[in-house]
Amino acid sequence: MMAEYQTTTAAKDAPKPKGPGWSFNWVGRIGLAIMLFWGLVAFVGPWLAPHPPGEIVDWDYFGPVSGDYWMGTDYLGRDIFSRILMGARYTVGIALAAVTLACTLGVILGMIAAVAGGWFDMVLSRLLDAFNGIPSLLFGLVVVAAVGSSIPVLILTLTAIYMPGSYRFARALAVNVNTMDFVTVARARGESTRYLILQEIFPNILGPVLADLGLRFVFIVLVLSGLSFLGLGVQPPNADWGGLVRENIEGLSLGAPAVIFPSVAIASLTISVNMFIDNLPTKIRDRSE
Amino acid sequence: MPQSLLPWFLVIQRLGIALLTLIIVSFAVFFATELLPGDVAEILLGQAATPEAVAGLRAAMGLDEPALSRFIGWLAGLASGDLGTSYVNKMEIVELLSGRLRNSLQLAGVTTLVSVPIALSLGIGAAMWRGSLFDRVVTVLTISVISVPEFMVATLAVLIFAVWLDWLPALSYGADMSSLGTMLKAYAMPVITLSFVVSAQMIRMTRAAVIETINTPYVEMALLKGASRKRMVLVHALPNALGPIANAVALSLSYLVGGVIIVETIFNYPGVAKLMVDAVSTRDLPLIQSCAMIFCVSYLMLITLADLIAILSNPRLRR
Repeated sequence: MMAEYQTTTAAKDAPKPKGPGWSFNWVGRIGLAIMLFWGLVAFVGPWLAPHPPGEIVDWDYFGPVSGDYWMGTDYLGRDIFSRILMGARYTVGIALAAVTLACTLGVILGMIAAVAGGWFDMVLSRLLDAFNGIPSLLFGLVVVAAVGSSIPVLILTLTAIYMPGSYRFARALAVNVNTMDFVTVARARGESTRYLILQEIFPNILGPVLADLGLRFVFIVLVLSGLSFLGLGVQPPNADWGGLVRENIEGLSLGAPAVIFPSVAIASLTISVNMFIDNLPTKIRDRSE
Repeated sequence: MPQSLLPWFLVIQRLGIALLTLIIVSFAVFFATELLPGDVAEILLGQAATPEAVAGLRAAMGLDEPALSRFIGWLAGLASGDLGTSYVNKMEIVELLSGRLRNSLQLAGVTTLVSVPIALSLGIGAAMWRGSLFDRVVTVLTISVISVPEFMVATLAVLIFAVWLDWLPALSYGADMSSLGTMLKAYAMPVITLSFVVSAQMIRMTRAAVIETINTPYVEMALLKGASRKRMVLVHALPNALGPIANAVALSLSYLVGGVIIVETIFNYPGVAKLMVDAVSTRDLPLIQSCAMIFCVSYLMLITLADLIAILSNPRLRR
């Protein structure tokens, strides 16, 4: 998971302001900063935690914000700040793994379908369209209920839910590029399908594909949190952010910080990714037109 | 093929895809629930699960037949309206579902009635005064609602309306339904939450559809010949954006399907989704299958409807 994490951040780091065309406005910069912050927390967070995330440290439950417990304590008296740091690893990690898998698979299949065409394209497109006809949360609910919830199952389920969309997106882009002159020339030169896909098509759809990856990451975080909120995601005693909200939902009527901070964490992550995607550097944007 | 038949060809093709989807979905639903851990007969018998009793019950329930023949039997049952009986309380599933389905449809119906007019006027307004303060506020709000999970919208609604303002009850089930006022109160919370989720999508898509029409040369022409901004949007652009807007409405309503699962669970609303989440915990296979099919079919109907509207309202296909 860590290797995937690093490659994806490297990919997201690419659109850094360097020279004209790469610069982007402050909304996008704030988004990028918050995104990177949560990525860093997911990586090193558990070592920064002031208390062990599973240990009951306060004899009072739903404790308020205090010097010892920066974000209050939960329904058992565990430190919420530590649990959020640990939860970042589950939420960000699972979502990153799933989105990397889904987009890699989807983009590769999409490009092959666009270049190969014919029966392969036809059958795969119809089949994956059919998959798109299943509401995502319901699919997750049924599968996770069926095979039980573990982290690999969650990652694969989320991958299965979002791969068809990624395929459709990449295929549509690749079909457009495929008809361009430079691809026709390369084909006339006698280049292999592999060369066409890797050297001619992929570099030209990379920008929009990265933007799509960001959006899909947001959707995956939302569905993962939804599943955890229904008790079907990451299982206790561990908890991702959705699970933290579920555990502490009783504290809602008390206005406990234990239910507010995990919610804020989810919102800050998803909104920051959206902010960044909506304000991508023009160099990436223009390719998508 | 003559040009005039093209839209109908596309419609038939789209319906074919919907049918294919339905078959694949039913296949997936049936076999996913087949994978549920634990043997149903053993779970049902509990303490009394001697090997003989388990074997007898499996035979009586038809569980010893091959999965494929059970799948075909189940499909035939679905088609004729026979959904089987619940494993847990031996009730006809049709009976269990009928009341719940009415509740869920009521929730969805009221939400649609509330959200469609609000979303359309906000979306069209934002497009009309594009770039204004109003537009920016609407855009930021819709993006925020779309980017947070449904349960957070619900949590926030409870926090504001039930805890801080104390206007509405936090749960709807078991609430007093004797008068119109109290009934409205019981519905308010789930409806507010769902409306927020669905409207946000609808506003965004409506705004995008209208802006796309505004960017066409003939609308620019209307502006150049001196039509007011309002007249330009409402008289010139809107009639041509109706197709995409209807498409957007149907597509956003499909978000009801996911939203309703979370909202019914949070507010303890006695609908199909609550029934299904409960059935997952009791491993009531036939009930899970039926509920999942209801959701898939309604979702499929909405997205197919959206696509059909998009095809039929596109004048370029009718040339």
